[in-house]
Amino acid sequence: MSLTSTSLPPFQRLLEEHRADVYRFLVAAVGRHAADDCFQETFLSALRAYPRLRDASNLRGWLLTIATRKTLDHWRAERRRPIPVEGLPERAAPEPDGGDRDLWNAVGTLPPMQRAAVIHRYVLDLPYAQVAEALGTSEEAARANAYEGRRKLRQMQEVTR
Amino acid sequence: MNPKIDWDEELELASHRAVEATLARARRAGLVDVGYSVADSPVGPLLVASTRRGLVRLGFLEEGLDDVLDELADTISPRVIEDASRTESARRQLDAYFEGRVRRFRTSLDWSLSPAGFSRRVLEETAAIPFGSVSTYGDVAKRAGSPRAARAAGNALHDNPIPIVVPCHRVVPSGGGIGKYGGQEWRKEFLLRLEGALED
Repeated sequence: MSLTSTSLPPFQRLLEEHRADVYRFLVAAVGRHAADDCFQETFLSALRAYPRLRDASNLRGWLLTIATRKTLDHWRAERRRPIPVEGLPERAAPEPDGGDRDLWNAVGTLPPMQRAAVIHRYVLDLPYAQVAEALGTSEEAARANAYEGRRKLRQMQEVTR
Repeated sequence: MNPKIDWDEELELASHRAVEATLARARRAGLVDVGYSVADSPVGPLLVASTRRGLVRLGFLEEGLDDVLDELADTISPRVIEDASRTESARRQLDAYFEGRVRRFRTSLDWSLSPAGFSRRVLEETAAIPFGSVSTYGDVAKRAGSPRAARAAGNALHDNPIPIVVPCHRVVPSGGGIGKYGGQEWRKEFLLRLEGALED
């Protein structure tokens, strides 16, 4: 049997190998509460499309692309929802290893593409080529979004200081 | 809560729960093309895999679970998912067989892994050999339409994707002895003894 890049691993293995990365991304992007739902939506969409996938060379990137789309859907839905009077809804979870809550709240205020770029680049530590793939943009656009996002975060931090 | 200490463990648990919930929804939505589970048996752990049509693969696990799952993903569909409910009927019949309560499997079979032709006919003829009796390679070849193809019949049986249920262990050499078995000969002997087809 010829082993080509179109040979797809059993979905169960895909799920087990990438669940932690996808979950980590979703917690950072939409908060713990919404992460579960986005996770399920991500993998169900992936499962639906899986047999038609042509290129198996970067399955992690493919899954993160779908996850990014689900977070964008989630944010759009959130924006349409009225904001409760008492405090803002949780937009982004506290940093995984206990860091700066203000920073994470600030990340939550960024426009979706910048937010996704910042999380992919600085939380998941992906190279720009993969950030671009996950966002469905060019590498330049991914760089620009991450740069702009980070610039705004710095600004916000200076203001609060 | 101390996120620094608990985060990894919490992530592990939470993502695991999310996986379970996702799989449950996938099953309900009919997105499982191949459902599998691993079952214990007196001849060692067995991989049991079923499609919507029926039992498609039974594997002895020294073949390596990953290899068998790769094969299923390549040949049937990459939507291969652990699914105990899909395999339940086959597993229950296997249990009953090993406990001596069942002499004939009534589970439906999916022949996808044996393309139509001589090999498939050999396996179909083999499926008709009753519990407790044996047939020879030459006999099976003859019934499959090629009397002189005993060796080819042996190859087809060696590659049987559904051993035990398609009882290739019931086919033996005409010259005596129990002959070869794709899943190690001690299993063939065990199965024949279980069925009373082998004198002590």
